[in-house]
Amino acid sequence: MKVLVPVKRVLDYNVKPRVKADGTGVDLANVKMSMNPFDEIAVEEAIRLKEKGVATEIVVVSIGEQKAQETLRTALAMGADRAILIVSEDKVEPLGVAKLLAKVAEAEQPGLVILGKQAIDDDNNQTGQMLGALLGWGQGTFASKVEVAGDSVDVTREVDGGLETVKLKTPAIVTTDLRLNEPRYASLPNIMKAKSKPLEQKTPADYGVDVTPRLTTVKVEEPAKRQAGVKVADVDELVGKLKTLGVVA
Amino acid sequence: MAQVYEAPLRDMRFVLHELFEGEDFGDLPHFGEFTPDLTDAILDEAARLTRDVLLPLNASGDAEGCTIENGVVRTPAGFRDAYAQFRDGGWAALSSPPEWGGQGLPETVNKLVEEMICAANLSFSLYPGLTHGATTAILGHASEDLKRAYLPKMVSGEWGGTMCLTEAHCGTDLGLLRTRAEPRGDGSFAVTGSKIFISSGDHDLTENIIHLVLARLPDAPRGVKGISLFLVPKLLPNDDGTCGPRNGVAVAGIEHKMGLKASATCQLAFEESIGWLVGEPNKGLAAMFTMMNAERVSVGIQGLGVGEIAYQSAVAYARERLQSRALSGTARPDLPADPIIVHPDVRRMLMTMRAYTEGSRALGQWVSRALDAEAHGADPETRQRASDFVAMMTPVVKALFTDLASETANLGVQIYGGHGFIREHGVEQFVRDARITQLYEGTNGVQALDLVGRKLGAHMGRYLRPFFHAVSAQLADAAKTSARDLAAWRSSLEQSFGMLQLSTGTIAQKALKDAEEAGAAATDYLRLVGLVGMGHCFLKAARIARHRLGEGTDEADFYTAKLATAGFFFDRILPQATAAFLSIKSGKRSLMALPADAF
Ligand SMILES: Cc1cc2nc3c(=O)[nH]c(=O)nc-3n(C[C@H](O)[C@H](O)[C@H](O)COP(=O)(O)OP(=O)(O)OC[C@H]3O[C@@H](n4cnc5c(N)ncnc54)[C@H](O)[C@@H]3O)c2cc1C
Repeated sequence: MKVLVPVKRVLDYNVKPRVKADGTGVDLANVKMSMNPFDEIAVEEAIRLKEKGVATEIVVVSIGEQKAQETLRTALAMGADRAILIVSEDKVEPLGVAKLLAKVAEAEQPGLVILGKQAIDDDNNQTGQMLGALLGWGQGTFASKVEVAGDSVDVTREVDGGLETVKLKTPAIVTTDLRLNEPRYASLPNIMKAKSKPLEQKTPADYGVDVTPRLTTVKVEEPAKRQAGVKVADVDELVGKLKTLGVVA
Repeated sequence: MAQVYEAPLRDMRFVLHELFEGEDFGDLPHFGEFTPDLTDAILDEAARLTRDVLLPLNASGDAEGCTIENGVVRTPAGFRDAYAQFRDGGWAALSSPPEWGGQGLPETVNKLVEEMICAANLSFSLYPGLTHGATTAILGHASEDLKRAYLPKMVSGEWGGTMCLTEAHCGTDLGLLRTRAEPRGDGSFAVTGSKIFISSGDHDLTENIIHLVLARLPDAPRGVKGISLFLVPKLLPNDDGTCGPRNGVAVAGIEHKMGLKASATCQLAFEESIGWLVGEPNKGLAAMFTMMNAERVSVGIQGLGVGEIAYQSAVAYARERLQSRALSGTARPDLPADPIIVHPDVRRMLMTMRAYTEGSRALGQWVSRALDAEAHGADPETRQRASDFVAMMTPVVKALFTDLASETANLGVQIYGGHGFIREHGVEQFVRDARITQLYEGTNGVQALDLVGRKLGAHMGRYLRPFFHAVSAQLADAAKTSARDLAAWRSSLEQSFGMLQLSTGTIAQKALKDAEEAGAAATDYLRLVGLVGMGHCFLKAARIARHRLGEGTDEADFYTAKLATAGFFFDRILPQATAAFLSIKSGKRSLMALPADAF
């Protein structure tokens, strides 16, 4: 079974984002970029499936600027087999990404597409679900456990009330949650091997997909600074304060 | 605030790709596959691994230390797992040759990865570090049989290695060594004696430990000419390569140390332990020194690593600690006081730390390039030049970087104020850890003697030439510059270089008549060489930065900061060269004036 794993290049999770002075977005000039952490989990899960003999080939795909090559190389260094980069220097929204992924899935015929549940830059949490709809495949989102048996896959999902397990017929879509696994560090030999693994370059036009944004960003600004708190001496003072604030009667 | 470290990847890429581009020792086709995208990917992953796996064990390892129970040494909690991850990731085999399972990385990249490991966890670095040193000696001097039996498992990190020189009565002066080796009649030897201070002498990270032991054969001449090198495994390997019986190597104790606490420093007793000769009889010291020389550069890098984490931890604190208002007027009216980073004296400390680490990183990279060219340069002339440069700079890198590291670590504590003295903040550990780097692999005093005694005068000053040529060439090249700051910095470098040339001549002359003159000048001379070396690198860096800014770059912040650091170096650090020059000039007179029994 082939596994397709889309990966996104995002601001590194350790970096504190800064909004551009003109309010058009987050400043990405010269800041550390990395693979979206949820996508790392997706790549790891695919590699584990391959190590178990379930998956036969792992194809990673990224949609983004040329530099997303580095992110794909990271996935190859972790253990993916080949990569596809769909180059778009402009931002592609979740629907555009999902449409492109649907085309890639049609061409590649994977048994599973494993995606991160969301990307930590926009926190949309949409792409996997949209892809499921476009392809008409079953989806198991927020996965904390994935077990493939024959032509179906059991996905344990993290839902508000606890855990829920769904059985999906393959091909299927899985989106990963944080507790699914702990991604490995790429080994040095694999980093070196990654350099010679195939990386194919495409454009949205190659797939006949129009990725023109449908949303306009009006303004991006920092969240309001938290005001300093006040220390209260005792419960009575606290209740008094809450009353003056009108929080309790 | 605590121990803060992110590998300084941008500066690392700067020294790796930009600073020496197209210069010095030419391109090395041998390393053609290591294109920038590959080396950057390696540095990125090393940065993650060191930050996420090694750094969290730095303070806990220091607090817990190593323990010994019934002759078995244990590393602190977490070290076994971290080592397993490190080894399985292939990081132990970083720069070893591919024929033996290594990754064959150029030293230029390897030394940057070493810096990260040492910054994140100096104690940890000694386990793979000593193994790597031991493999270097085996590669260079052991028989093919020994290589085949030991190298693959040592290169992969499955087995560890040590170097056993020191005995209680014999540290710097190895001629006093007493450990004996008797032939057993089958080509092997029975090694008997006591060693102290043996790093990684015993631990629980690897299933076997391969000791490289200096000892005397029965008929050996006295002194350093009668020392041979032996390979003595902790467990004797079976024919199939698995570990067999114990080999009479006992751990008599572990040392209780000022710092470096998670590194097991052991007293070892060899009791008729079976060993095999490495290299020729009575030539052991030379064999050990191929390894020692490589290790000395690495100890310099250890210092640099500790300096970098001390610097980053200090910056983080200086931004957050609020005390007093800025002399120039309140900087943060929204806060009860300004962050201490506004105060000029705090800046002085931060800039000093920054100039020392950036300067060391640049100079270290230059020497690493020479290490690669020494092995793989295009022609014999280049290889010789590179080798001369390495010979000259090895003691400088070792002693200068570690002296500066100690100073940096101390400044780090100073920036934390009283809180720096409190263990929970984690920065006094840097002072204790950095301290060892000035001592082992030959004390810094001995490094200075090596520079002045062995390197300066040898072959009519041939070792000095590549360094002197490079500095003169840049001074000539930069003479055309119209930028006022660059011109001023160039002229500071020219002055210091002049003082270095004068001192070199003075010492060479005086030492001919009186060896004590050389000894009295050694430490100041080493500092002078180091300052000129760093000045050369800073001028180069500043010229590149100025050029990039002129061309237009989207990394203006980085290059502007580089210029600021260079400016500080020339204004505030390079003047130390004058002090060193004047000290050297005064000669030994006042230094030796007081008779020994008057102290
Ligand atoms: C934590 C730790 C780990 C170590 N790891 C190892 C290891 O793995 N293997 C190993 O073999 N050893 C190891 N050592 C030993 C270390 O290399 C020695 O301590 C060091 O070489 C100095 O020797 P010494 O301590 O006997 O000092 P001494 O040689 O007694 O020196 C004392 C002082 O005299 C000065 N001095 C000595 N001779 C001269 C001279 N000719 N001219 C000018 N000054 C001189 C020295 O610079 C120093 O200041 C380790 C030591 C420590 C503390």
